[in-house]
Amino acid sequence: MTNGLGNRAAIVGIGATEFSKASGRSELRLAVEATRAAIDDAGLTPREIDGMVTFTMDSNEEIAVARGLGIPRLTHFSRVHYGGGAACGTVVQAAMAVATGVCEAVVCYRAFNERSGRRFGAGRQGPGADAACAQPTDWNAPFGFVTPAAWVAMFARRYMHETGATSEDFGRVAIADRRHAASNPAAWFFERPITLEEHQRSRWIVEPLHLLDCCQESDGAVALVVTSAERARDLPHPPALLKAAAQGSWLDQEMMTSYYREEIGGLPEMGLVGDQLWQMSGLTPADIQTAVIYDHFTPFVLTQLEELGFCPRGEARHFIADGNIEIGGALPINTHGGQLGEAYIHGMNGIAEAVRQVRGAAVNQIDGVEHVLVTAGTGVPTSGLIVGQA
Amino acid sequence: MAQPPRPTMNQDSAFFWEGTLAGELRIQRCSECGRLRHPPGPMCPTCNSLEWDSVVASGRGEVYSFIVHHHPPVYGLETPFAVAVVALEEGTRIVGNVVGRDPSEIEVGMPVEVRFVPVDGEWTLPQWQPREE
Repeated sequence: MTNGLGNRAAIVGIGATEFSKASGRSELRLAVEATRAAIDDAGLTPREIDGMVTFTMDSNEEIAVARGLGIPRLTHFSRVHYGGGAACGTVVQAAMAVATGVCEAVVCYRAFNERSGRRFGAGRQGPGADAACAQPTDWNAPFGFVTPAAWVAMFARRYMHETGATSEDFGRVAIADRRHAASNPAAWFFERPITLEEHQRSRWIVEPLHLLDCCQESDGAVALVVTSAERARDLPHPPALLKAAAQGSWLDQEMMTSYYREEIGGLPEMGLVGDQLWQMSGLTPADIQTAVIYDHFTPFVLTQLEELGFCPRGEARHFIADGNIEIGGALPINTHGGQLGEAYIHGMNGIAEAVRQVRGAAVNQIDGVEHVLVTAGTGVPTSGLIVGQA
Repeated sequence: MAQPPRPTMNQDSAFFWEGTLAGELRIQRCSECGRLRHPPGPMCPTCNSLEWDSVVASGRGEVYSFIVHHHPPVYGLETPFAVAVVALEEGTRIVGNVVGRDPSEIEVGMPVEVRFVPVDGEWTLPQWQPREE
């Protein structure tokens, strides 16, 4: 299943706005600020960018961002569907474009006022509200089953039933994220760690999910510059080489509501992404020093650790309780604080963190990082990357 | 009180909502290989036949998974309310509300049966209430 993408492209620039609850400016402005910062970080100019990739959910058209930056010519522009599942998928498309010679340098971006503008957490209510989470509505919405938290909670309850995981096991993910955010000045929850007791006391959003199982809603933007492995060698920063990049969707896939499969205790689309990542890179879970595991809601972090082979099925709660996912553990995850701690930028801020870890420039730097695995949105058609040193 | 959005009935799904209006829980069945499927769709994923009819389900099943919704408010529904994925005796699953029981008493595996709840005289929702074994 090798698709030839391994070691062909690299992330050479990262840029972001501040992360807030009210940016006070347009989404397009966030997009041009972050893309310009990423291009600067790559040591390039807008004239050298000839490709753009974003999410179908992003409100900023490629041509609008290109117009703002004064990019004269674009030879590839495309979008990836399915919410946060698109995050690493934008890099997959960019890598394909530079690996095939369609583009020299591609900028991937995601920019939104997701807290001060349209809040995804409110769910799809009312006409025209399905832009955020387009899905077959007939079988869910009439029953008030309309929010991402509710859709994930349904999987989580079944997972608890099958594995014996508890709310406290989910809570330990939030504690790790918030611990890491506490020492990251860019994180919304900088210097605000939480305890398990606080997690358990936080109000119900949708049982079995407490408030502190749910990621933030954030305003902000993140952009990444992808170019070929050859070109990357001449640029200022050590490149984050794409050892592997993959997307995945699985049988009977729905957008967050795949409840009709034989079993729903796993995330087979993430398993498919993981299988491709290992095969393409020739690496194994033991070769990963730190990971960014998509954390819109805590329960799917456990499922992903299992699907990716970091621990056996049903065993993630023990892996986490043993302290493995915190700094100092075997697989520290979300060293920036994740989407629960740093910001919810639909997974793009996690890719930027992976790049910093490879560069040795993260605020919570892990020693001896050679390879970082990153995942995108869960419960949806998704994607993943392994980045490493050239 | 605000109402939930109506399902967008089309040629693939109208039979289901016509069924609930008539007091029947209908499951789509492939005419070629006999496979039951829900949610319905135009093609059988097993044999790719486009021919289908439907069977009337017994209306009995059990809670496969469930949630209790507290926040945010949802079109005037009173919180907390429960939503379940119900595993039907026939083998397919379906989403609906669990009614007639305090949400704190719902469990995975709890036997339930369908109850048809009219919304406004023009369409009817299949809901689920606990049943004695």
